[in-house]
Amino acid sequence: MEPLFRNVKELVARAEQENKLISEIMIEQEMLVTDRPREDIMKQMDRNLTVMEEAVEKGLKGVHSVSGLTGGDAVLLQAYMEKGNTLSGNLLLDAVSKAVATNEVNAAMGTICATPTAGSAGVVPGTLFAVKNQLNPTREQMIRYLFTSGAFGFVVANNASISGAEGGCQAEVGSAAGMAAAAIVEMAGGTPQQSSEAFAITLKNMLGLVCDPVAGLVEVPCVKRNAMGAANSVVAADMALAGVTSRIPCDEVISAMYEIGKSMPSALRETAKGGLAATPTGKWLEAKIFGGSVVGSGQ
Amino acid sequence: MIGPSSSHTAGAARIGRVARDLFGRQPKWAKIHLYGSFAETYKGHSTDVAIVGGLLDYDTFDERIKTSFEEAEKLGMAFEFIPETASVEHPNTARIVIGDERSEMSLMGISIGGGKIEITELNGFPLRLSGNHPAILVVHDDRSGCIANVANCLYKYDINIGHMEVSRKEKGDMALMVIEVDQNVDKEVLDELTELPNITQVTRIAD
Repeated sequence: MEPLFRNVKELVARAEQENKLISEIMIEQEMLVTDRPREDIMKQMDRNLTVMEEAVEKGLKGVHSVSGLTGGDAVLLQAYMEKGNTLSGNLLLDAVSKAVATNEVNAAMGTICATPTAGSAGVVPGTLFAVKNQLNPTREQMIRYLFTSGAFGFVVANNASISGAEGGCQAEVGSAAGMAAAAIVEMAGGTPQQSSEAFAITLKNMLGLVCDPVAGLVEVPCVKRNAMGAANSVVAADMALAGVTSRIPCDEVISAMYEIGKSMPSALRETAKGGLAATPTGKWLEAKIFGGSVVGSGQ
Repeated sequence: MIGPSSSHTAGAARIGRVARDLFGRQPKWAKIHLYGSFAETYKGHSTDVAIVGGLLDYDTFDERIKTSFEEAEKLGMAFEFIPETASVEHPNTARIVIGDERSEMSLMGISIGGGKIEITELNGFPLRLSGNHPAILVVHDDRSGCIANVANCLYKYDINIGHMEVSRKEKGDMALMVIEVDQNVDKEVLDELTELPNITQVTRIAD
């Protein structure tokens, strides 16, 4: 079946022509492709939202992974925010801490919702539950936030890749951060075009990011990359809402990401052979967790 | 889904579950060959427990994935992981060979991100199966009329074909039809398909 849009340009054009929100176009597309009524599709996304809420809640209480490499940072951040004199501001740190919370739960093999992947699952919910306190959305608007993110994720997954093994972290956290930025813009009352600008600005600043998980675990540096992905998306959303535009159109940024991913050596695409995984400490941690010798570390 | 990785955990579990689905019963043993990124990071990404969980018919959000090794032992399923160095087209590739005293089956799957998968090979037949839709797999002799008979039977039960692929190893030899359909197929239909001339085996993947 022919989808309602294949790229961001078509998505924005359709939203503008029909005077609809991007989330609405995505809902209509799901109805069309899956041949299910609106109510079903909204209910399914509502369940995803509940999974995200529960993961954040769990992470904010404090979880630790089996390896011991990650956990507890979301708690530290929330405690720091309560002191009330943060430098980057409470909304930004709230987003960061809730992104961290989600990924700490993920690292502990808890239940999360892939947005677009498990390793990058923190950015979309982290930003959502932070901007929620400022924008006071209805439950439906929160569900729509996920559809707006999904519309952009759909374009990336079908025209490029969301897999770290194929495109590095830029394909995972980079895509997630762009998706979140686009959704923040819609929730804050921005235009579809501004969502597209926010996505482009975010992804441009995550191009080239490699996937180099220490010991092959989805922990270091994944959790903190979600933190910074969340921060990146909130700032990019503000830039787009201020009227800043990207010189390179959104779809071309997505293509560039894909091309960069394809030219990345496999050592930097989720093989735990290069980057941070290959540092002396990275190798030492790997040996400590899985056993084996550290001779020849940093290969 | 259960973390930590949508491609290496959830996608891996799905590949395992499709293999189990196609096998039609709990296998007694499994040899799991891992390629590319799967081979390098399977321990850290819990790809191993996820595939075993899939072979035990667990969904991607089933908490039992975490303890699938113990569960497999209880059910008497032996398993072995073999990291391979051969280069493959997709970085997240697994070949699962499963069996019991009656038969064995080999399946190759790739995990393309976000938990989405594709089955790329079954018992040596190249194919492309997403696992997103219910599907019927028909092993048959490579004779004229087979495809028409199967299509006619599905038409009789008002089952619409979304995607279909036909492949064979050699002309006149064994062939495979992969038919993705829009709704789950009842056993009655499978039985009728099995009765058709030159049909060797019919299996299905439920939604």
